[in-house]
Amino acid sequence: MNIFEIKEGMGMAWDSLKANKMRSFLTILGVLIGVAAVIGMVSIIQGLNKSMATQIESLGSNTIYVTKEEIGIRLGRTPAEIRKRKPITFDDAMAVQELCPSVGAVSPQNWGPGRKVAKYKKNELTRFQLIGVMPSYEEVNNNYIKEGRFITSIDVHYKTKVCVLGEDIVEGLFPHVDPIGKDITLGGRNFSPKRFTIIGVMEKRPSILGESQNNFILLPYDTYKTLYPEEKELLLVAKPITPELMEKAIDEITEVMRRRRGVPSDKPNDFAVSTQDDLMDVYHQITNAIYLVMVVISSIALLVGGVGVMNIMLVSVTERTREIGIRKAIGARRKDVLWQFLIEAMTLSGSGGVLGIVFGLGLSKFISMVSPLPATVPFLWVLIGFSVAVSVGLIFGIYPAYRAAKVDPIVSLRYE
Amino acid sequence: MLIKTENLWKIYEVGAEKVHAVQGISLEVEKGEYLAIMGPSGSGKSTLMNLIGCLDTPTRGKYFLNGQLVSQLTDDELARIRSKEIGFVFQTFNLLPRATALHNVELPLIYNGTPSAERIRRAKDALKMVDLEDRMTHRPNELSGGQRQRVALARALSNNPSIILADEPTGNLDTATGSEIMQLFGRLHSQGNTLIVITHEAEVARYADRIIHIRDGKIEKEERLTKQG
Repeated sequence: MNIFEIKEGMGMAWDSLKANKMRSFLTILGVLIGVAAVIGMVSIIQGLNKSMATQIESLGSNTIYVTKEEIGIRLGRTPAEIRKRKPITFDDAMAVQELCPSVGAVSPQNWGPGRKVAKYKKNELTRFQLIGVMPSYEEVNNNYIKEGRFITSIDVHYKTKVCVLGEDIVEGLFPHVDPIGKDITLGGRNFSPKRFTIIGVMEKRPSILGESQNNFILLPYDTYKTLYPEEKELLLVAKPITPELMEKAIDEITEVMRRRRGVPSDKPNDFAVSTQDDLMDVYHQITNAIYLVMVVISSIALLVGGVGVMNIMLVSVTERTREIGIRKAIGARRKDVLWQFLIEAMTLSGSGGVLGIVFGLGLSKFISMVSPLPATVPFLWVLIGFSVAVSVGLIFGIYPAYRAAKVDPIVSLRYE
Repeated sequence: MLIKTENLWKIYEVGAEKVHAVQGISLEVEKGEYLAIMGPSGSGKSTLMNLIGCLDTPTRGKYFLNGQLVSQLTDDELARIRSKEIGFVFQTFNLLPRATALHNVELPLIYNGTPSAERIRRAKDALKMVDLEDRMTHRPNELSGGQRQRVALARALSNNPSIILADEPTGNLDTATGSEIMQLFGRLHSQGNTLIVITHEAEVARYADRIIHIRDGKIEKEERLTKQG
């Protein structure tokens, strides 16, 4: 086996590929689909990973979430035990604030459910989040005021009718006007429209997976409670005094919550204390599941593609028995013929791989253009995809190549 | 002595029957000789050619090529010998249909590992020897029968073999083209090449120095021809 033979093999492979374009294309379709599936999906997932990393940076990594349910993906119905759990309340938040020495700030946050309308003159918005917050919101969520002022404890105490806007609301309602000091009208499912004075605008946050994080209106917590008196459930967000105190803060919060909710010492928590890492874990669970599905799909496609390659190579060996005889008569050894056909099979499946890579990248580019999902070029996976495609040719080419190598020149030269 | 065979036998088993294709042939060929092996079909001359051409091994007997005992070698060792010592010319030309004339001629050199530059030079030289240097980029289907046989002859010459072995080289050609090819053989012989032609036609055998007549797997008679001119 020398370099000329590799070149010779690839040249012959190209010739026979060109001579049977349609047949070759159909043969490599399986390999093409398998590789395209891998490349397309990896490209999207790696794009997601990048934007998730950006999101984590923007939120700050030392945030603690206290919720009624564990964060994660549940298949099927939520079990009764979890549905019957007590809500996390405002009093819980106050208790954590007071009783946990390692916790620096606590922000109870509540989202108003149902239909909502925000109006300024002729402009109207219906799709936004209405959140009741405490003054600690800024620090805990790592999102600060850009213009005007934030909600103070006085606003909360006197239930003043003021609000702070996210960037999207400003753009939607005040395209050409400074919003500070203006009044907007807020209406909801259970309350008649009321006027609120704008006191500030928040810094812009980067969007996650193409979804804007600036589409919100913040109200003082107690003002919010007058609009949604029946909503008990809230999200409790806390921050340790320093990042080093993270573990300690989590332990203290868990202890306080267990006592307040009366969990016996031999029972597990009936609430969840999670961090950014847990959110990341959930995200990785999702992507790993996608990877698994992808591997299964592309394995099947590659298997089918491999059988196709084997089939067409067997046909090719039969068609070219005479050629093999000629080559052997003029000095080709068994292994020369073996390698010629292996290289041909690898060229066949390898070109399927190349087309698959191109197709997969094109697909992910297309997806990222028509949807908010980002795409990257996963260089390592391009390499892996190509290698796997070539290996498919190698593995499924062995038997046909072995058959070719066994051809007897005397018999095949008589073959017409 | 270039070729020396001692009591060569080749016995095929076809079903329960044994076919004695070659029955104890002993012959010697000297370097630079032009030999014709003649016989009717079924005489065993093709089997003898396969043995001499190292495509096959004898059932019994010894075969020395260039002093080397080659009758007991494995398939791959025989392939090695073929790529160095033997150039084949077939009745049906046996060129690779998708390859150019030049590439067809290069092929034996690829298998004996000749570096690329030298390979192309030698392939071009071989094509020049058969007067086809202006047809190098043509494929077999763009060439006439006589031209195809000349490409095959160039292929046989390219690795500078000890013997050129031709099996009915004019069998698929008309008389005029056939005699052109035979004249080319004569020219190659005069340049010092050893030629063995297997044929059933006396016309073709006539060009050789010596004719060995084969019948029923045995040497029937041997005649030496006096050189004309």
